[in-house]
Amino acid sequence: MSARITFATAARILRQLRHDRRTIALILAVPTLLLTLLRYMFDAQPALFDRVALVMLGVFPFTMMFLLTSVAMLRERTTGTLERLLTTPVSKLDILLGYGIAFAAAATVQAVVASTLAYWLLGLDTVGSAWLVVLIAIGNAVLGMALGLLVSAFARSEFQAVQFMPAVVLPQVLLCGLFVPREQMVGWLQAISDVLPMSYAVEALTEVGTHADPTATIWRDLAIIVAAAVIALVLGAATLRRRSP
Amino acid sequence: MTRDVAVENAIEVSGLVVDRGGRRVLHELEFAVPRGSVTGLLGPNGSGKTTLMRCVVGVQKVLAGGVTVLGEPAGAAGLRRRVGYVTQAPSVYADLTVHENARYFAALYGISHTAADRTLADVGLREFAGQLVSTLSGGERARTSLACALLSRPEVLVLDEPTVGQDPVVRHELWQRFHALADAGTTLLVSSHVMDEAGRCDRLLLIREGELIADGTPAGIRRDAGTDDLEQAFLRLVLAREVREPRPGR
Repeated sequence: MSARITFATAARILRQLRHDRRTIALILAVPTLLLTLLRYMFDAQPALFDRVALVMLGVFPFTMMFLLTSVAMLRERTTGTLERLLTTPVSKLDILLGYGIAFAAAATVQAVVASTLAYWLLGLDTVGSAWLVVLIAIGNAVLGMALGLLVSAFARSEFQAVQFMPAVVLPQVLLCGLFVPREQMVGWLQAISDVLPMSYAVEALTEVGTHADPTATIWRDLAIIVAAAVIALVLGAATLRRRSP
Repeated sequence: MTRDVAVENAIEVSGLVVDRGGRRVLHELEFAVPRGSVTGLLGPNGSGKTTLMRCVVGVQKVLAGGVTVLGEPAGAAGLRRRVGYVTQAPSVYADLTVHENARYFAALYGISHTAADRTLADVGLREFAGQLVSTLSGGERARTSLACALLSRPEVLVLDEPTVGQDPVVRHELWQRFHALADAGTTLLVSSHVMDEAGRCDRLLLIREGELIADGTPAGIRRDAGTDDLEQAFLRLVLAREVREPRPGR
């Protein structure tokens, strides 16, 4: 592993993204548009908007980075660039960290833009501070990236890669406690919710909404998100094989 | 390290057997590629050329036998700087410019931007440098892919059909470049399914259905087959082989 190669890889991925102006526009515009919709949906219930918008600030980066990475990595696999990279001095860790750094950077921009809009224009109100929201959003983006990288190994086409999105993301959104509080779920559903990393992201965001200072729960939840991302990356690394049949 | 003086052959293949999709693709191949030469790997589509090249760069799972490159087992970590590989389908980033591709691959080897730019000029891509690869013709893409392999100045270059789709002038220039590299000590293994390119190689390996049917200089193969035409020579060698070892059911 080499820092030079890792950063060159991250820069290359960001350059690819830069050439794709429409994707950049969508990354920035879609969350802001959806947050604006939420704002007027809950026009009469500002407290409900605060709760839902806060959770969405965590869901957007997760979903988008999952999609971006699974398709980008699938392209590397199908166009032969991955195989080529693995015949050069690049290590698997360089590739994984390169993707991680590049998409974390993209997610930071997205989270800052979406949070700024939510706080200043749409009147989002949280007891805790906005930088914590951005930090949790970045954690979620890295998790989405890591899971996207992993599932790209199980998709043979971009069609299949896109189908993994509802399969991986929707159950997490449904069971994260946004629709039904987790403690009110039947035992087995709660058990599933307990092993889905999004549950912890939502718990952390909810804590930011109600506590002025970062709580121990927030740090624990962030640690769980990062650990889940590391596990997904390790499993993803196992799918990057130098030798194939 | 003694490998450079001790090793006469850049590539040595012994008893190489590869199965893909439940089918035998390479049957106990045995050959060597001398250093500083252009060796052509000739054979029809589906004869096993790409699989063999993948074995040489160490990305192919092998059932039996082995490949030694520059004295090390193919695919060894130490070889990744010393062996360059150009796949048949250009493996560069279509959503980057020619220049950005070259600079990325240069960065992987710790090579300067100026060296990367020089390599682009060498393969006649200077004027396309700022263009997105997705907007290039097939031949230009293939040259971008080639440039990315050349820039690290590898000691062994494995090129899978590098001249397909190139115009005759470019093709001629590429072959001149291959020979210039060989004269400077680089070992090139170049595959092609076009027989008229065979005559441009120092040595030829003719492969058919995963078996080596000839290994020698173009002149030697012409002489053995008793014809000046390499296409004819290939045909005669195949026929002579079938008479000698008839294969039932074919």
